[in-house]
Parts: sequence; structure tokens; C-alpha cells
Amino acid sequence: MSGGELNYAANPVTPRRADAKLETWLWIAQRGSAVVLALCVLVHLVTIIYAVRHGLTGAAILGRTRGNTAALAFYFLYVLAIAVHAPIGLRTLCQEWLGWRAASLNWVIGAIALALFAFGLRAG
Amino acid sequence: MNNDYRSRNHPAWWAFLVHRLSGLALSVFLPFHFLALGQALQGEARLDTLLRWTEQPLVKFAEIVLVLLLAAHLTGGLRLLALEFLPWRGWQKTLLAWAAGAALAAGLAFALAL
Repeated sequence: MSGGELNYAANPVTPRRADAKLETWLWIAQRGSAVVLALCVLVHLVTIIYAVRHGLTGAAILGRTRGNTAALAFYFLYVLAIAVHAPIGLRTLCQEWLGWRAASLNWVIGAIALALFAFGLRAG
Repeated sequence: MNNDYRSRNHPAWWAFLVHRLSGLALSVFLPFHFLALGQALQGEARLDTLLRWTEQPLVKFAEIVLVLLLAAHLTGGLRLLALEFLPWRGWQKTLLAWAAGAALAAGLAFALAL
């Protein structure tokens, strides 16, 4: 920045109360989903390596997953956590790298979250 | 200090970049993963077709990269959670080394199992 002085008018340091509340909730959601995902990704990685070592055929995979309620519940939780975590991360990226901070960003990110959730559930 | 390359060239900044880029790559990959999963789970024949397609060397290489990215995002995320929620102990670089090591180990375990 020229002259080394902060331009407070261009970069307001006190966000509106509603914005601050939203940011707080998004921060909590991002960390909460990260904790859930840490467990899910660990299980996912172990399962990938197990599956590769113990028969990666259509019959073997479907035999392990079809009618498996625990696997379905795990998948549902995984998709839900992804649908929360990934869009919030993309939102931060859009704000910091693209400078996109308009209200439209929140709508687009909300739509991505819903689409990911719906697409993920449909796949399972 | 100038906000240039020299001020960013330290382990924590590289860890931030890896975490962000791996997150972006995984987000882009996700819809394709769901699409493939949805197609494959429709029947054994379709799943076997998909599995045969993944036998190609380039796809195998992409799979290893994806597993590495997933492991890197996981370990980098655990590092961030530890930094934010655990008491500060000046162990930044130790955590970084653990995160990088664990991600590489996961990638290698997958590559060697293939």
C-alpha cells in the first residue's frame, strides 16, 4: 500500500453485525464439518487401500456395500459434511483470491452446497 | 516487509498453499466422483466397466495424485485444528513434518497396494 497507511474507508475493519454473525456461524460450521470429515476421510482412505488389496471387482464391492445400513449411514454423514465444508472453503477462496465479496457470492455458495448434497445423495 | 515471494517462502505458507490447492482440486473432482459412483452402483456390469477404465496408467496416476491430495488435505486440516484448538506449544514445524509425512505415507500405501 502506498505511503504505508491503511485505507479504512476502502477496507472497513468493522463488518456489519449481521455479516459478523454469518462469518461466525460459517467458521463454526467449517471447523465442525472438518472434525467429522477427519474421521470420514480416514475411514475412506483405509477402505480404499483395503478394497484395492482385497478384490476390486464389481461383485466384491457391491457385496460389501449393498444392504449395508452402516455403510449407508456413514455415506450420508460423509456427503452432508462435504456439502457443508467444501462450499465454505470455496467461499473463502473466492473472497481472498478473486476479491469476490458481494452478497451474490453467498447465494452461489449456497446453491453449490445444495447441489453437492443432492448430487451426493443421488449417487449413493 | 514487502508482501512478496521472499516473505511467503516459509513452511507454514507452503502448508497453507497445499491445503488450499488440494481443497480446490478435491472440490472440482467431487461432482465427477459422485457421477461415476452413481453410474457404477447401478449394477455389477457398469461397475466392472468403470473399474476396467481405471486400469489405464494415466488414470492410475491420477488416482495416486487424488489419494495424495486427500491425505494432504486431511493432515493439513488436522494441523490447523490442532493450532486453533490446542494450547500453543511452538510446535508448528513438528506438526508440519507430521502432516507431510502422514500424507506421503497414505499416498505410498495406496500406490504400493495397486
